[in-house]
Amino acid sequence: MEFLSHFGGVFEPLSFLLLLGGTIGGLILGATPGLSPTMAVALLIPFTFHLQPAQGLILLGAAYTSTVAGGAVSAILLKIPGAPANIATALDGNAMAKNGQGARALHLSFLASGVGGIIGVLLLIFLTPVLAQWALAFSYSHLFWMAILGVTVIGSLDSKSFVKGLLSGCIGLWLSMIGFDDNLGAQRFIFVDALAGGIHIIPALIGLFAIPQVMEMFAKGKANAAIEAIEVPRQSLMASFRELTRSVRALSIGTVFGSVIGIIPGVGGQIAGLVAYDQARKFSPEKEKFGTGHPEGIIAAESANNAMVGPSLVPLLTLSIPGSPTAAVLLGGLIIHGIFPGSDLFDNHPQVAWTFINSMLIGQVLMVIFGIYTATWAARIARAPVPIMAAAVLVLSVFGSYSVQHSMGDVYIMLSLGVGMFFLEKFGFSAAPLVLGLILGPIAESNFTTGSLIAQAQDGPWVYFMTGTLNLFLIGLVIASIGYSFWSNMMQGKSAKTAEATS
Amino acid sequence: MTASKMQHVVSSGLILFVAGLVTWISFTQQPSDAFLFPRLIAIFFVGLAVWNFVRAISGLAKVGEGLSMPAFVNIVPGLLVVCIYVFFAAKLLGFYFASTIAFLAIFTIYDPASLSDMKAWIKRMIITAIFMAVIYGLFALLLKVQTPKGIWF
Repeated sequence: MEFLSHFGGVFEPLSFLLLLGGTIGGLILGATPGLSPTMAVALLIPFTFHLQPAQGLILLGAAYTSTVAGGAVSAILLKIPGAPANIATALDGNAMAKNGQGARALHLSFLASGVGGIIGVLLLIFLTPVLAQWALAFSYSHLFWMAILGVTVIGSLDSKSFVKGLLSGCIGLWLSMIGFDDNLGAQRFIFVDALAGGIHIIPALIGLFAIPQVMEMFAKGKANAAIEAIEVPRQSLMASFRELTRSVRALSIGTVFGSVIGIIPGVGGQIAGLVAYDQARKFSPEKEKFGTGHPEGIIAAESANNAMVGPSLVPLLTLSIPGSPTAAVLLGGLIIHGIFPGSDLFDNHPQVAWTFINSMLIGQVLMVIFGIYTATWAARIARAPVPIMAAAVLVLSVFGSYSVQHSMGDVYIMLSLGVGMFFLEKFGFSAAPLVLGLILGPIAESNFTTGSLIAQAQDGPWVYFMTGTLNLFLIGLVIASIGYSFWSNMMQGKSAKTAEATS
Repeated sequence: MTASKMQHVVSSGLILFVAGLVTWISFTQQPSDAFLFPRLIAIFFVGLAVWNFVRAISGLAKVGEGLSMPAFVNIVPGLLVVCIYVFFAAKLLGFYFASTIAFLAIFTIYDPASLSDMKAWIKRMIITAIFMAVIYGLFALLLKVQTPKGIWF
């Protein structure tokens, strides 16, 4: 119950202000189609650089939580999911809004998000210290394999093509090696002066997540007619609350599936909402009503995608393996403050760790309150014309990258990586494994180098890295994640061929 | 060869080239200890890149829709503005001045309103001014970030 003694930190004036700002800003950004939660968090990282670690993480955590929930606003009112996690919400939410029950849909969405989110954060609170203590038993070889596992899990499970996912991970690992190697005094892969200091994580995160979205907006050209939102007549909040308490089945299914999916590294919230929606439909006696504006559809989808948020941070805060792309960006936010996940975080920085986790709990409550009362207002801002959003994100990216080290080199790197990532994404590559490679590369290398030195004094590298129960278990997980992804790609290919043959 | 397959072959060929370059540098540069980890990664990198290239030339690489010509044509003017802004104007003209011009240029290029519409120009300039004032407040006043001044500001 250590977390109870750190609640005070959340209510310090600046911390609470950041929590409030992050929640409201996140709701608006989440409601804006085309601005993903990952990009929102990446753009906020430069601001956290100037804050205390706990305060910086409070801002990022609040933005993460509320962008996921805010995505439901545009899913319901505009039928455009603010984030992939809200796809399932649009199915029943928009139908309900079209039937003149937009307020009911928004109420149910935020209330279900709040319940799912709070249970998810409670799981984070109770599971994280246990796993962090377990991580204490890790040696250099285990930490090396954990870092490799982080890259392969995201690379193989988060991508449509596992070859391209793993290639993205390799590109990230290579990018992490660029620059001057302090340990051995060598220059590596420095093709231009801007690369002499290596690739700083913040400009890289901004470039990889924000610039492709700017270019995606450019690609639309002038075809950006104003999106019409549905009018939202007022409705009693108590009636929605009573309806939620009557929908325990959908709420439980959403929360359980969201939590379980969140804790599996690499799977993330994209599928949590869809899986929970599908299961809620299967278990419902009113299956035929799903897709026509059924409240259970919204409740299951939204409780799932918010229940995912807390558990997705469990493998991140204990083992450095992010549960979702946004969690990968949060890992970058931790590392720039010199804080490494695992026992270091909980033993040496308990105030930071627990203030951050507690803020997510309080953030869920704030998200429900502000979500319900600002949803329609957020939807209006979300209809901002595409050229304004593109120009704003671009200028913010340039200033954000520059502000980290006052270096134009960082801006050049940010833009080059972003433009490159846009074209790579067009061919099925993914930013998440690339970022993981970039973040986990130095961790993998330092543990590999130190482990190799120890191995030379003992039985050699093969015995040190490839034997022992935990090493074999981790290697097994690396192989299993790649193998599962390979098998699932094969199955998808076969079913696509069958569909082609029958059509 | 279809346009989509061609695009996949070119993109995977470029990745293979980068992987080959990384592998070549990793195995030829000194001190060898500093390139031990890069060598390990390079082996997997080049192996996966070859696999990806083979899949592309055999038509198996279907993930990713590629880039259509209309989308590419739409991107070019915006990308040009971005490159001029970042690589030349920001340092030469000053960070804030160049950012204001870049914001206005992108807004104008992608705004569906006519270029001869006076009202649209006033709207664009007001929004640009408000946005840049917010950016100035955030970065110059709040975060005390010193930006290159250039010729103007």
